Amino acid sequence: MQTHCIFAALIVISTFTYSYGLYFHIAETEKKCFIEEIPDETTVLVHYKVELFDVRTNGFMPSHPGVGMHVEVRDPEEKIILSRVYSAEGRISFTSHIPGEHVLCLYSNSSKWIGGTQLRIHFDIQVGDQAIDYAQVAQKEKLSELQLRIRQLLNQVDQIVKEQNYQRYREERFRATSESTNQRVFWWSVSQVLILVTMGFWQMKHLKSFFEAKKLV
Amino acid sequence: MAFWVLLFILSLLKFNFTVSVELTFELYDNAKDCFYEIIDKNTSTTLEYQVVTGGQYDVDVAIEDPRGNLLYQQYKSQFDSHTFMPEMSGVYAFCFSNEFSTISHKIVYMDLQVGDEKPLPIIGEHITVMTLIESSSQEIHRKLNVINDFQTHHRLREASSRKRAEDLNQTVFWWCFTETCVILVTMISQVLIVRNFFTDSRSFRSNVRH
Repeated sequence: MQTHCIFAALIVISTFTYSYGLYFHIAETEKKCFIEEIPDETTVLVHYKVELFDVRTNGFMPSHPGVGMHVEVRDPEEKIILSRVYSAEGRISFTSHIPGEHVLCLYSNSSKWIGGTQLRIHFDIQVGDQAIDYAQVAQKEKLSELQLRIRQLLNQVDQIVKEQNYQRYREERFRATSESTNQRVFWWSVSQVLILVTMGFWQMKHLKSFFEAKKLV
Repeated sequence: MAFWVLLFILSLLKFNFTVSVELTFELYDNAKDCFYEIIDKNTSTTLEYQVVTGGQYDVDVAIEDPRGNLLYQQYKSQFDSHTFMPEMSGVYAFCFSNEFSTISHKIVYMDLQVGDEKPLPIIGEHITVMTLIESSSQEIHRKLNVINDFQTHHRLREASSRKRAEDLNQTVFWWCFTETCVILVTMISQVLIVRNFFTDSRSFRSNVRH
């Protein structure tokens, strides 16, 4: 019975703790930003966990309840679409409404007086079809393995279509910029010639009348 | 009991599959950003990176193994991909450094792939031999992943050229503006200086006559 309990507990732990890949360190008051360039209607899923540096053990400890993480997401028009203080471990998801560069910033809500300790942040970010948890989909919709695979393919193709669409949109913007540069260069060269000619005329006329007035010519 | 043990082993196995992480981050001037990951022995790991914008589009990159030995190092590199097989389990460090540049901050994209892709969760009985449709759907999945990869690279390339074009546009604008100012100022001051010469010489000449 006891072993059953232990195994059950272990399974519960292993299914509920998210397995993080990457981590990095930031100072307590530092801000760390990541950029996601995504098409519209794309879901971004972020997992994070904060650990505090502990001087006594010289290692990183799970942070105490007071420490939270401020998460801010800005869309390409600099509008804040998400700004909240979360606890030390969390899962955030947001969906883009306009295509472009979304900036996601993380910073701890601790004030400076706690001291410049280091924070270790476990971080994972998944975009679009990567963010879908297929185990959940399979469970909810009772899909067979093949059906699930097809579902995954559909999602992937969907994401690729979105990305292609976005590529067209960006190409348009790129072209607009290039045309604008071209126009500017063209009109600049025309106006430069005009300015030079007029200024030359004005110089000659002005000096001529000046010399005549001074009776030098 | 056997069921529990099996479940336990399965739950442990789950940790061997790591999803790849793609990050695009800002690297400030004089800064060094490191990312760490715990990697098991003999798990093929691939690091891909590309500088999207900033300066000469270059960055110093280094990979360190748990003992602090350098596995890979590149100076002022624009993009690269490096695959290695870890010889020991432990924390590997992936560092991007902009310490050589004091003025330009950069945007760097990196993709870290550790191990194989997480397989789809198996529900119910699994038939040992794959049917044709299963294997072809898996093949499609693999190919789509490749498409995704190419799209990402295309996107990054496009982003960096687009940013360059936007910069150029701005530069042209400000250049036009300043050059107009410079021409006007030079021309007016030219006339004034020439006038000044003659005003001086006239007074000099009239002095001689007296």
